[in-house]
Amino acid sequence: MTDPTKSGGASHLDLAEREHTFLDANELVLNMGPQHPSTHGVLRVILKLDGEKVRGTECVIGYLHRGVEKIAENRTYTMFNPYVDRMDYVAAVSNGLGYCEAVEKLLNIEAPPRANYIRVILTELNRLASHMLWLGTHALDIGAITPLFYTFRDREEILKIYEKYCGARLTTHAFRIGGCLYETYDGFEADVKKFVSFVTPKIDEYEELLTTNRIWVERTRGVGVLSGPDCIDLGVTGPVLRASGVKWDLRKAKPYAAYSQFQFEIPTGQNGDTYDRYLVRVAEMRQSLRIVSQAVEGIPEGPIMAKVPKVLKPPVGEIYHSIEAPKGELGYFIVSDGSTQPYRIRVRPPSFVNLQALDKMVRGQLVADVVAVIGTLDIVLGEVDR
Amino acid sequence: MLDYVTGYLSSNVTPGQAGNWVWALIYILLIFLGISLAVMGMVWLERKILAHMQIRLGPMRVGPHGLLQPIADSLKLLLKEDIIPENADKVVFWLAPLMVVIAAFTVFIVIPFGPTHAVTDMNIGILFMLGVSSLGVLGIIMAGWASNSHYPLMGSLRSSAQMVSYEIAMGLAVVSAVLMTSFNAGGSGTLSMIGIVQAQAAQHTWFAFKFFPLGLVALFVFAVAMVAETNRAPFDLPEAESELVAGFHTEYSGFRWSLFFLAEYTAMLAVSSIAVTLWLGGWMRPFPSWHGPAITIPNFWEHAAPLGAVDFAFSLVPAVCFFVLAAFAFIGTLRMPKHPLMKIQKGGLGALALVLAGIGLVLLIPPVRDRIQDIFWFVAKVAVFMYLYIWYRGTFPRYRFDQLMKLGWKVMLPMGLGVLIATAVVGVLV
Repeated sequence: MTDPTKSGGASHLDLAEREHTFLDANELVLNMGPQHPSTHGVLRVILKLDGEKVRGTECVIGYLHRGVEKIAENRTYTMFNPYVDRMDYVAAVSNGLGYCEAVEKLLNIEAPPRANYIRVILTELNRLASHMLWLGTHALDIGAITPLFYTFRDREEILKIYEKYCGARLTTHAFRIGGCLYETYDGFEADVKKFVSFVTPKIDEYEELLTTNRIWVERTRGVGVLSGPDCIDLGVTGPVLRASGVKWDLRKAKPYAAYSQFQFEIPTGQNGDTYDRYLVRVAEMRQSLRIVSQAVEGIPEGPIMAKVPKVLKPPVGEIYHSIEAPKGELGYFIVSDGSTQPYRIRVRPPSFVNLQALDKMVRGQLVADVVAVIGTLDIVLGEVDR
Repeated sequence: MLDYVTGYLSSNVTPGQAGNWVWALIYILLIFLGISLAVMGMVWLERKILAHMQIRLGPMRVGPHGLLQPIADSLKLLLKEDIIPENADKVVFWLAPLMVVIAAFTVFIVIPFGPTHAVTDMNIGILFMLGVSSLGVLGIIMAGWASNSHYPLMGSLRSSAQMVSYEIAMGLAVVSAVLMTSFNAGGSGTLSMIGIVQAQAAQHTWFAFKFFPLGLVALFVFAVAMVAETNRAPFDLPEAESELVAGFHTEYSGFRWSLFFLAEYTAMLAVSSIAVTLWLGGWMRPFPSWHGPAITIPNFWEHAAPLGAVDFAFSLVPAVCFFVLAAFAFIGTLRMPKHPLMKIQKGGLGALALVLAGIGLVLLIPPVRDRIQDIFWFVAKVAVFMYLYIWYRGTFPRYRFDQLMKLGWKVMLPMGLGVLIATAVVGVLV
């Protein structure tokens, strides 16, 4: 048996301190993943359990590592653009936007207003798609299997718009450095407007299934609580940060693209638990629809591509540019040595940073909560590992 | 010998009571086949209904509207490689699924599908049933332990804790129903399953509606506890897919896995049957004491007992149901795409429509009609519970373990106890 002075104490929780022995009957080491239905890909979490209670966790990542950042060093700036889509593959458009804007900043060029509007529309639709996928899988993790199909049905409409716009559905490569390659297709505005009016009642439908569902509330309220200061200490961003009551959204704080021209709210929560994160994300879906409909109404005429040289040779220097991706702050740090290829690209992926909070959120909770918390962090392993 | 076999036909008791082992064996076989077929049908229905709840079509490829899917599934499972993990306790691993299946099927010995349609009628029927059905948890623990793996172990421990906690609430609800049987002129209660239904007939009410709302509350407690007892959503923690991969049967595959599957659905049917027998009047049709004006149908086959108009109308329901199903199948045949590849499917569905209509016609023959009614109403009531099971699964998220325990001990147990005491008090006062 364990030393009674240690059990339950903080020192007992430390993973590194105690070695697991056969006689240590109180603890069970459970390997969750990389093949597990609800680790959202290939995350491996080593759980130290006392019965059903989690004593500690350790994340093992890297199963989906493709060396995206290293690849960048051997590609020109233009060639690297499609690669960023493969990081957060459920929000590929946002990745592209961040990268293009970062390189534009480095080159000191600006995308024309029409391009910025198209970028906003597609990126906000992407936020919706990402949140829909999150909602479906999160609910599935908690045991509600039906919302998944509803959200996937509606996400499909977004993918159809992408397909019509640029031919691809998932890894769209929608934007180019300097603007957009494709002009909107005939009927794009009508399609987007139709989508907005189609999906608004559908979000109510999701809420009907979950928001007041007793089991859903019991499963999410008070689970995986993260306070605002904790979030800031851990570098957590995005809806997770906002659900803890910190009103921080890069779209408002440091407006990029055309975001300064739209009216929208930043939804925040108070408790920083899984339920608040759910509410914040659903509210964000509504705000995204608001932005999209404003952007479609006010989309200006004009060119969609800035004057960009055929061969991109940014001046020597470095740049950090970040955008509010669906999962949080997505930043690109690019070092240029003046050649056609970046000297170094470092991506600050929201999923990777948010995943750090997992241990803090699940300690002392139950195994079922680990699954709920992984879901609520909304991680995409492609982005965690890159 | 022949006399021995045919002699039973004029008997008014179950074969077990008549001591006719040949008929008992026939009943056992019939029930075994019936349950297995019902499980197959249930799998198809569950997949279809769940699919339609989730804006999908469900199985559509194997046979018309996927009707042959369960057969394909079971064939696949039978042909799969039988894997026993290297470090597993082989004997226990082998024994566990058998244990679960036997426990689930044995329950059906005492379930009355009609006044005489049961293998036997024990005077402690409901006690036997509760006892045997809770044996299933032993098999689950064995499976979890023998697998020698973490997920199954946790699944089986969850399962045992859950089953034990909910069995108490379940038992209390059952006792309140048993108590109701004693509120008659003679004041003698019964534990026999057939006796319980007969008590409902004698008191002219289903126990669900007796001492309103006490009967309904007891039924509610039982209905919640039985979902937990059978490890179904929202209480499917032992096999919580998103947490424990597949719970206690993670390491099982092929035939052994299909035994667990069979046992789960059989247990669902069994507990639903208990609920139907105890609260919803068992084999009795709705409004059993309302006969309506007496009618005579000229030139009809000789008929026992005076025939009421309502009796007659209700006796046609089984046949009508089959005709409606046949009509559905027929419409489906007409709506099949006119593609050469669909010819076989079209033929199959048409044949199914004919078979269903044929069954409907057979059910119109008076002797058959009279004898099949009981079974029909019993199955129909069980089907309602089965539908509820599917509905829960499509609607609810999963409870967490501590919440499940809290619900079991702090809500369901006091509720069951309260209902029991209230039933006793009301019964004495009324």
